Amino acid sequence: MAAVRTRRDRSQTRIDDYLLSEAQLEEMYYHMLLARRLNERMLALNRQGRAPFVIAGAGQEAAQVGAAMALKKGIDYVAPYYRDLGVNLVFGMDAREAMLNLLAKRDDPNAFGRQMPSHWGNRERHVVTQSSVVATQLLHAVGIALAAKMRNDPIVVLASCGEGSTSRGDFHEALNFAGIHKLPVIFYIENNGYAITERTDKEMAIEHVADRARAYGIHGAVVDGMDAIRVYQTVAPAVAETRGGGGPYLIEAKCYRLWAHSSDDDDSRYRTKQELEEWARKDPIKLFRERVESDRIFPPEDLDEIEQRVDDEVKEAAQWAASQPDPAPEDALGFVYKEL
Amino acid sequence: MPELRMREALREALREEMLRDDRVFLMGEDIGAYGGSYTVTRGLLDEFGPERVIDTPIAESGVVGAGIGAAINGLRPMVEIMTINFSFVAFDQIINNASKFLYMSGGQFNVPLVLRMAAGGGSQLGATHSHSLEGLYAHFPGLKVVCPSNPADAKGLLKRAFRDENPVIFIEHSALYSLKGEVPDDADYVLEFGKARVLREGTDVTIVGYGGSVHQALRSAAMLEDQEQLSAEVIDLRTLRPLDIDTVIQSVKKTNRCVVVEDDWQFGGFAGEISAQVMERAFDWLDAPVARVSGKDVPMPYNRNLEFAALPSEEDVVEAVLAML
Ligand SMILES: Cc1ncc(C[n+]2csc(CCOP(=O)(O)OP(=O)(O)O)c2C)c(N)n1
Ligand SMILES: [Mg+2]
Repeated sequence: MAAVRTRRDRSQTRIDDYLLSEAQLEEMYYHMLLARRLNERMLALNRQGRAPFVIAGAGQEAAQVGAAMALKKGIDYVAPYYRDLGVNLVFGMDAREAMLNLLAKRDDPNAFGRQMPSHWGNRERHVVTQSSVVATQLLHAVGIALAAKMRNDPIVVLASCGEGSTSRGDFHEALNFAGIHKLPVIFYIENNGYAITERTDKEMAIEHVADRARAYGIHGAVVDGMDAIRVYQTVAPAVAETRGGGGPYLIEAKCYRLWAHSSDDDDSRYRTKQELEEWARKDPIKLFRERVESDRIFPPEDLDEIEQRVDDEVKEAAQWAASQPDPAPEDALGFVYKEL
Repeated sequence: MPELRMREALREALREEMLRDDRVFLMGEDIGAYGGSYTVTRGLLDEFGPERVIDTPIAESGVVGAGIGAAINGLRPMVEIMTINFSFVAFDQIINNASKFLYMSGGQFNVPLVLRMAAGGGSQLGATHSHSLEGLYAHFPGLKVVCPSNPADAKGLLKRAFRDENPVIFIEHSALYSLKGEVPDDADYVLEFGKARVLREGTDVTIVGYGGSVHQALRSAAMLEDQEQLSAEVIDLRTLRPLDIDTVIQSVKKTNRCVVVEDDWQFGGFAGEISAQVMERAFDWLDAPVARVSGKDVPMPYNRNLEFAALPSEEDVVEAVLAML
C-alpha cells in the first residue's frame, strides 16, 4: 500500500471486559471503517457510471469483522457471501484488491475479471469462491470441514449467508450433514431484516433463525450484530468449542441493511425513512467508536488518525485500480478445465 | 484375464483407487453395508471403514455440495447418485458450482470430484429413474462425461476419473451392470479420456454409439451383415467430453455413411452434435445425411410394451441404414 502506517504501540494484552487487546480493537475499528468507506466509494463510482454493479455490507461491518477476527487467518476457512467485504478485509484483502474486484480488473485476486463483484475467492487465504445462487456455500463449508476432520486437521470453517437464504434446501442439508458428523463449521447468519424487498416475516414463521439449530442437534446462538465486540465475544468461544470437536454452531447476528439491496435497487419502495433513521442511530461503526472512547481505550485523536488513514487508502486504491488493465479478450477462454 | 460383471469391474476400480490414494473416499445413499442400489460398493465399507465409505442422508444437493468442499480441501471424493434423474436435485451444485468454480475463480479452485450415476431404460423403472441424459451433461463446459459400454472400459475409465483435476460425470447404463467381460487386473490399467474405440470394422456404414447404445449398434451391425450383406463399422465413443470426433470422421471418410444411436432424446441431443461435426468435417464424403436413432420424445413409460416402444431398437438402426442406400 502507498499509505505509510504510523502504528502506535498498542498493547497486546487482553482487556478483560473486551476479551480483546488494544491492538485488536484498533484492527477491528480499522477493518470496519475500511469496509464502510470502500463501499461508499464503490457506490459513488457506480453512480458516476464507472462501476456496473455494487452490492455492499453497510450496517453489517460489526457482524463481519467481529466474527472473522475470531478465526485463525489463513488457517481457518471462510465461505463468505456477497456482503462480506469486512470478512475478506480481515482475511487479508486490501483496499486496492477490493477495488480491482469491483472493476473486474485483470489482476483481481478473487476472480481475475470472471465473476460479478463481491464473489470472493482466494485459495491462499482460504476464502472459498462461490456462485450467486444463495446458500450453496454452506455445503462447501461442510465438505471442507469433512475433509479436515478426516485428516485430523484442526481447522474451523465459517460459512455465512443472509437470513433469507436460510429458506433454501441447501441450508437444511448443510446443517443436517454437519450435525450428523459433528463437523467444525460455524454457520453464520447475518440477519439484516430483509431479503431484497421482503421483510423477515415473509421468509419465516419464527423470530430467530438460530432456533433451528435444535432441529439439527447443533448449538445455536443469537448475538447483537451491531456490536463488534459482542460478536467477537460470542463467536470466539464457539470457534474454540467447534475446533475442539464440540460440533457445529448456528450463530445469528442481528443487524440491519442500512443501504438498498444493491446499486440496482430502490429501497424507498418498501421501507420507511423513519425505520432507516432509527437503525442509523445504531450504526455499528458509530457504536464502536462511542464505546471505546467512553471507556477511554484510545484518545479521540487516535481514532481520527485511523479515519484519516482509511480515507487515504480508499482514495488511493480507487485511483490506482481505475488505471489497472482489464483482462485481454483472448483470456476469456482459459480456466475451463484444469490441465493434468 | 479374469471375467467380471460391470458392477464388479467398477468395484475393483474404486477399491484399487482407494488403496492407491488415501485421499479417495466415497459418499452416497445406501452405499455402506448395503453396497449401493446396484451393489457396486458392496464390501468396501468392511474394507475401508465408515470414514471412507460414508452413508449419507437423502440429500443429493447436500452430498454433491459437500463433495465439492472436500475436493477443494484436498480430497478426491466420489459421490454416487442412485440414478441420473436424481442428479437434477443436485443440478445447481453440479452446474453452477462444480463445473464453474475453476473459471469463476480465475483458475484458483478446481473441483476434482467423481460423480457416478446410473442411467438408461429397459428395466421398467418409469419416468424418473430411467432416462439417459449424457448429452445434457456433455453440454456444459467444465465437466467431463464418461459412458462406458463394457466392464473393462468401466474399470479403466473410472480409474482414470480419479486422476482428473476436474469434475467427472461417470454414467453407468443400468442394463449393463450384470454384463460380463474380461477385465485387466493390473493395478496400472488406466484408460485415457477422449479415445473412441472401433469395435467392429466395416466399409458400408459407420454406426456410432456410447454406453448402452453400443450394444444396439453391435447387434444391428450383425443383422446388417446376416440379412443384407452390408458391412458396418461400429464406434464406441466411451467419453462424450472430451470427444474423439477424429475417429468418427476417419471412419465416415471410409464408409461414406453415418448413423448415431442413443437412448437419449433426439431433440437438441448429442446425436445432433455428432451429426453437425460430421457434416462440418466430412460433408464431401457423405453419400447420405447423417441419421439419428434415438429414444422417443416421451417421458419413459413404465409398461414393458410402452417402454420398448420408447427406446431405440436394432431394427430402427437397420431401417435407418437401409434408407440411406
Ligand atoms: C437461489 C437464489 N434465488 C434467488 C436469488 C436472488 N437473490 C439474490 S440476493 C437475494 C436475497 C437474499 O437475502 P438474504 O439471504 O437475507 O441476504 P441479504 O441480501 O439480505 O444479505 C435474492 C433473493 C439468488 N441469488 N439465489
Ligand atoms: Mg437479509
